[in-house]
Parts: sequence; C-alpha cells; structure tokens
Amino acid sequence: MGQFLSSVPPQVRRLSVVLVLLLAAYFAARRVLIPPTFGDRGHYRAAAVDSIEKLPIHYAGREACAMCHPQVVARKAASYHRGVACEVCHGPAVAHTTDPMGHKPPAPRDRTFCPTCHAYNPARPTGFPQIDPVQHNPVAPCVTCHNAHDPTPPHPPESCAACHGSIARTKAVSPHAQLACTECHTADSRHGQSPRAFLPTKPATRDFCGRCHATGAAAPAHLPNARPPKVDMATHGERYVCWQCHYPHFPEGR
Amino acid sequence: MTDDARAAEGAAARPASEIDRRSFVGACVAAAAPLLLTAAHQGAAPDTAKAGAEGGAAAADTAAQAAVAGAPRYDPRQHYYGMGVDVDKCIGCGRCAVACKEENNVPRDPHHFRTWVERYILHDDADATVDSPNGGIDGFPAAVDEKGVLRSFFVPKLCNHCANPPCVQVCPVGATFSTEDGVVLVDESYCIGCRYCIQACPYGARFLHPVSKTAQKCTFCYHRVVQGLVPACVEVCPTSARIFGEVHRPSSPLTRFRRFNAIQVLKPALNTEPKVFYANLDGQVR
Repeated sequence: MGQFLSSVPPQVRRLSVVLVLLLAAYFAARRVLIPPTFGDRGHYRAAAVDSIEKLPIHYAGREACAMCHPQVVARKAASYHRGVACEVCHGPAVAHTTDPMGHKPPAPRDRTFCPTCHAYNPARPTGFPQIDPVQHNPVAPCVTCHNAHDPTPPHPPESCAACHGSIARTKAVSPHAQLACTECHTADSRHGQSPRAFLPTKPATRDFCGRCHATGAAAPAHLPNARPPKVDMATHGERYVCWQCHYPHFPEGR
Repeated sequence: MTDDARAAEGAAARPASEIDRRSFVGACVAAAAPLLLTAAHQGAAPDTAKAGAEGGAAAADTAAQAAVAGAPRYDPRQHYYGMGVDVDKCIGCGRCAVACKEENNVPRDPHHFRTWVERYILHDDADATVDSPNGGIDGFPAAVDEKGVLRSFFVPKLCNHCANPPCVQVCPVGATFSTEDGVVLVDESYCIGCRYCIQACPYGARFLHPVSKTAQKCTFCYHRVVQGLVPACVEVCPTSARIFGEVHRPSSPLTRFRRFNAIQVLKPALNTEPKVFYANLDGQVR
C-alpha cells in the first residue's frame, strides 16, 4: 500500500484529495437541496400526493343520503329528477352527515333557483324542459305546483298554450284565431304527460288545407260565417306543399 | 545576476498577497466542513424519521387489516383516470363550477376556476362568439339578437389531464407532475409561483392562487377519487353530461361512453393526448 502510494505522483495524490472533496460537496448539496421523498415515484415529491389525498371532502355523494332519507330518495329515483343528485340543490352535505342536527342543508324554495336549469335559453339542448320565468305563473314559487323530488306537474297541462305559448299568441292575432289547435293536430291524451313519447299529428298533404281553401270548398260547419280565401289548387303552387310559403299559425304573415 | 537582483525578480513574480497551495486547500476544507456537517445531520434525521414512519405505517396497516379484514390499500398503479363530457347533454347550469369551488376551496371571485362552462354561439358568417360570465355559475343571459345564429351550445371545460402534459414539461422545479394514475397535480408546498405552467397550458386550465401565489388546477378531485368517490363536478351534474372512469378498464362507464359516442379531444394537433374526452363536439370548439 505504502509502496503503491509512493509510486503515485504527488500531484495526482493532491488532485485526488481535491476530487474527493468536490464529490463530497456535490452529494452533500444534493442531500440538502432535494426534499426527502423527491424521486420516490417520479420526478416529484411523493409526499405531495399523500398531502393532496388527505384534503377534506365536502360533497358526501348520493349514496350517503339514502341511508337516512330512503323515502325521498326512492321517490326521486322514480321521477324525472332521478339523475339529479341531492347535493345539486341542497349543497355539500358532509357536514350534515357528521352532525345531522347541527348542519341543516338549505332547501331552495324561491323562484330564482329552479330557473338555473329550467329557464329558457336557446343554447340548452332541444327537449330539455324549459320555461320563461317571466310568463310562467308569475310570482308563484315553483314548489306550489311542482314537487322537486318528483317534478312532473300534479295534472297534465290543460291547454296547448301552457307549453306552446308563442304559437298560441301568434295564432291569436292571425286569421286562424278562430280555429282550435285540434282542427289541424290530433294529440294523444298522454302527450301532456310525455310530450316526446306521444307526438301530435301534423297535416301532411295539400288537400288538408284545400278542405277550406280550395275553390268551391264549403266553410267549416262550426264557423258558418267564415269566408276563407279560395285558390285553385290545380294551378296555385302545385309543386309545393302549402306551408312552404304560408305559416299555418299566421298564414298572411311575413 | 546578483542575489539582490534574483530576490527582486522573485518578489515581482510572486506578489506578497498570494496564498500558497497548502493554505488554499486548507481554506477549501474549512469552507466545505459546515456543508458536510449539515448533510451528515440531514442524512441522519430522515433515517430516524423514515424508521418512525415505517413503524407507524406498519401499525396502521395491521390496524386496518384487523378492522376491515385486509381491505386493499389504494394502489395508484391499478388505475388510470379520464373523464367524458357529452356536449349535447350540458344545460349550462354551472353547478359543476359551483361544486368545484366548494369542494376545492377555489377563490369565489369570477376570475379563478378549476372547471367552468363556456357558451358557444356560432353565426352564419362562420364567426363564433364564446362567453363564460362567472364561469356559468350565475347562468347565461339569453342572446338578445338571435338573427344569423346557426346554433349555440355549452361546453364544460377543465384540465384535460394530458398524458403528454406541456405544463409538467416546463416546470423548473418538478412541482407539477403526472401521478401513476394519470392525474396531473401541483405540489403546492414546492411550487415557486413562476407561472411558466400557466403559460404552457394550451387549455387555460391553470391559474395562480391570489393568496398562496402558487399554481392551481383541477385535480380530478384526487382526494375523493382515492376514496372511491367521483369528482364533485361529476357528482352534481344533473344531466350526467360528465362521466368519470378508468381509461383502460373495459367495465368502466368511461369505456362505455367512448364506445357509444364519436369522441373528440380539444386541440388534438398539439399531441398533448388529453384524457378528457368530448362527445358531440362541434369543430369550432377550441
């Protein structure tokens, strides 16, 4: 050993001391600067994942509600609101599950909350139930007619205008004001309950309009004084169906 | 040359202030000594801490096993999460943004969101208007002039948890990272607040927390997911427009969602490989 050391040139010996010191300084700096769990699972502090996992939960999830409120949950599960979690309307409920009496979740009953989802907005998907909060039973809180846990109205809408208000208002100022909706449409009685499952009929042919508007057609039996304008069905727009030019709910409009 | 001349020459070559090699090396060692000592101290401390933690973990393990007969601990390597968003189902109620703020204690001001809802209005002149007043929390005012509008719809947005995340790539300190279960997280106690990740995110999904001055973003509600719950936004979505699940597991609701819908991702040309999958997405959405 001593022979080997003495055979190493003195400058190499001194340089290797410096090298060892530099290496020691490098590893010491690594140890000080890199946090303890860094690199355990990747290029990050593994302890950070553990601390994120321990963050408090605020939304309990819909299963938590069913344990104490089975009747409400069962009723909602059979209604149109079956997909709507309890905490959508009642807010985060973990505090309520740990201290049921101390933390009562709010139950919004005023007219401002339901329109969050059900106010008319053209960007909402077609078929989603929407109302105009200004015209739909003004002032009355939604809960007077609708149970939020089973929101189907207690009785189906009685007039067409309840849902098709804009059509009804347009028709009311048109020459067709005297005609009932059933003059041209036949609606299954279940259309009021399930609008999309039971669609009303629509006229399909030119001859349907011709029953009143063809030359020589008689006035409708229940409107003997009506004088509907007559056209010759053979020459008047014979290549088209009537509603391509005339809007039936407001025939002389535009 | 005389001795005096030689001495004078030597003095000129070697100034009086120069230190010799021996004292230089000595000074180096003296300078390095505190660092070495600190390192030795630090090296010793984590060892004891680790031993303590291992003992605690072992005790917790046995306790947990005694309690629930060996319920498996959460293993991130068994999971790989993603989310599906059905644009045709979104009604723009903004409940997801509300729930996210409640669950994750996001600042309640209208500038900081981990998830938000955008409304797209496409005009017949190939122009698109995008707005998101308060993230959609307070609803969207109905467009006054509907003339020339082709269609309009809502698009919920959030962090896409890219498999190839630009934000992670640019973080200079390793404070943002992809976990083994495919979630991109931020280590808040390690973030230096340089905002580089906020610049790098092509989806605008990150923000600087106004108080802590660290980057924040959607975590897929990681603290809920590890307990078997779904993220808060998925929990409260009233129309099930959001689907949460595993990307690679055949029995996952997300797999079903991806099979039964034509799937698109946002900005596919950037090769970020997002794990938020959109169904019925209009080509105009960015």
